[in-house]
Amino acid sequence: MSAPAALRVCKLRKAYKDVVAVDDLELEVHQGECFGLLGPNGAGKTTTIEICEGITAPDSGEVEVLGLNWKSDADRLRQRLGIQLQETQLSEKLTVLETVRLFRSFFRQGPDAADVIAVVELGEKQRSRVGNLSGGQKQRLAMACALVGDPDFLFLDEPTTGLDPQARRQLWDLVEQFKRAGRTILLTTHYMDEAEQLCDRVAIMDHGKVIALGTPRELIASIGVEHMVEFAAGDTGKRLDISALGRLDGVRNIRAENGSVQMQVTELHHAVPALLTELARQRIPLTELRTHSASLEDVFVALTGRHLRDE
Amino acid sequence: MSDITAVPDVSPSHTVPKSPGRRSWSNHPLVQLTLVRFREFLREPEALFWVFVFPVLLAAGLGIAFRNRPADVLKIATVTPELAQALRRTKLLDVQQLPEPAAEEALRTGKVVLVASPGPAGSMVYQYDNTNPEGRTARMLADDAIQRSAGRSDPVASSDRIMREAGSRYIDFLIPGLLGMNLMGSAIWGMGFAIVDARRRKLMKRLIATPMPRRYYLLSFALSRLVLLVIEVAFVLGFGVLIFGVPMRGSLIDLVLLCVLGSLSFCALGLLIASRVSTIEAVSGLMNVTMMPMWILSGVFFSAQRFPDAVQPLIKALPLTAVIDALRLNMLQGGNLAQMAPQMGVLAVWLVVCFTLALKLFRWR
Repeated sequence: MSAPAALRVCKLRKAYKDVVAVDDLELEVHQGECFGLLGPNGAGKTTTIEICEGITAPDSGEVEVLGLNWKSDADRLRQRLGIQLQETQLSEKLTVLETVRLFRSFFRQGPDAADVIAVVELGEKQRSRVGNLSGGQKQRLAMACALVGDPDFLFLDEPTTGLDPQARRQLWDLVEQFKRAGRTILLTTHYMDEAEQLCDRVAIMDHGKVIALGTPRELIASIGVEHMVEFAAGDTGKRLDISALGRLDGVRNIRAENGSVQMQVTELHHAVPALLTELARQRIPLTELRTHSASLEDVFVALTGRHLRDE
Repeated sequence: MSDITAVPDVSPSHTVPKSPGRRSWSNHPLVQLTLVRFREFLREPEALFWVFVFPVLLAAGLGIAFRNRPADVLKIATVTPELAQALRRTKLLDVQQLPEPAAEEALRTGKVVLVASPGPAGSMVYQYDNTNPEGRTARMLADDAIQRSAGRSDPVASSDRIMREAGSRYIDFLIPGLLGMNLMGSAIWGMGFAIVDARRRKLMKRLIATPMPRRYYLLSFALSRLVLLVIEVAFVLGFGVLIFGVPMRGSLIDLVLLCVLGSLSFCALGLLIASRVSTIEAVSGLMNVTMMPMWILSGVFFSAQRFPDAVQPLIKALPLTAVIDALRLNMLQGGNLAQMAPQMGVLAVWLVVCFTLALKLFRWR
């Protein structure tokens, strides 16, 4: 943690009418790291990132980006940031090249429009109208518009929401590439796999507050379990005795919801055979059995009792 | 990992092909923004129709419908051959000789405007509707013809000289009206839809997140409007002058100045209308509410003088009235800038007030 901060947020607060979107938020993003804001919809991620981008004014609190302040250095700051907003629809009647050239013209320095288009792999689509691009291509175009100013700091708000898996992979590659170049990234997402894949550190947000902070590995370790076992029992009219399951070897915690049972487990190789034996003893047939390593999703569930995508 | 990792553009350590300082004029943000305006306009076929084709179609249709015809010949009926002969001496009457019941039937059904029949003791009886101007004219023409054929001689000799001049026809009145209406429509629609669409798409928010100077964004609208204005005005005026021989008696420079000022005023009004709304429906409604009264009151299709005196000051204060009055002054009467000053003043006030208000109210997100 010796690198100087690229972003420092202090006691940030923003309320809309009756909702407090951001509540005394504290955040520090280091130079050169990819930092993720993870949380469900309505957690205050977008409000936070838009305040950092200087397009929303906070009610109170301090924001310092690249050592500069929005009140006094807005013009200098804008030259150094690359921004991609949630749900911007670029003009459909312009071509890819025309769009990127427009954005390029706002920045004092940066690569040529055609070079940025090549980076996001839209070279062949250079002369196509934006309206004819697929969702993934549009998102990569938005990325190109964020990169035209050769930014030191990239803000990405839900960059892969609504994209198919292949388009998401392509976008992740772009982010990885930018990371390797040593630039700083702040991204928001409600996909835990995205945060685990891309982010050096993650802040989990809920109701405008940071409820957990650390590397994905640290956060997952913090809930003290390595694996999750999830199963569904067949409907035989008999009630499953859950308390008996809790006494099994290596089982930490049990939650039952919507007919499926989730167990946090430390030693998979002991817990699963024990579970099968116990179900056989209770004469309850198994219709579904899944295990996975604990993820950020499980961290969120452990912290709030809710799923990331409940809302 | 794909081979794009080899592309150096986002790497800080690499020599990125930057183009600092040395920037050609075409990479200036104002030029790029203005180009975007043109592209968006030219790639919208509907907009092209409304701005260029529609006014010409309207002018052509109305010009043909209201073209000046030779003075109408009035149809009348009479009941005796002697009277018919006497009445046929004037070319301005189309005389039919009918039996009395048929003649009266023709009058009742409007096939003729007057029935001339002999009265007691060699007198004349004219039947007509005195609220119908054609009936009154026919009465005078018929009586004149009868009296002359009976040997009347006029104490004062008279002769006619017919004046039919370009500039006094309906089409001459109409073309400046349509031009004014077009200036208003294209400016207000152009501003309103483009701005609200950019706001609705969150494109405006994206733009203000870049270092783009905000004044350039607004300026690009004015610049593109002024360039399109030249084409638009040339189109409508060219049509009027070439096809209908509409006169252009005033100075062309004055006319250009007037169109520029008028268009900028309407742009400011459009900017004000679009300053806060974020849906296309809302801005359409606002634009129609703004323009509709002017279409009716400002004398596009008929003279605004027809409205009561009490509302005349109000009508004169409308920007469309000012533009159209000044256009007619310039084109039809050859008026100069000094004579157009009151209208130019009205436009300047609209420009300053709307623009100032719009900047105060404008929502960038």
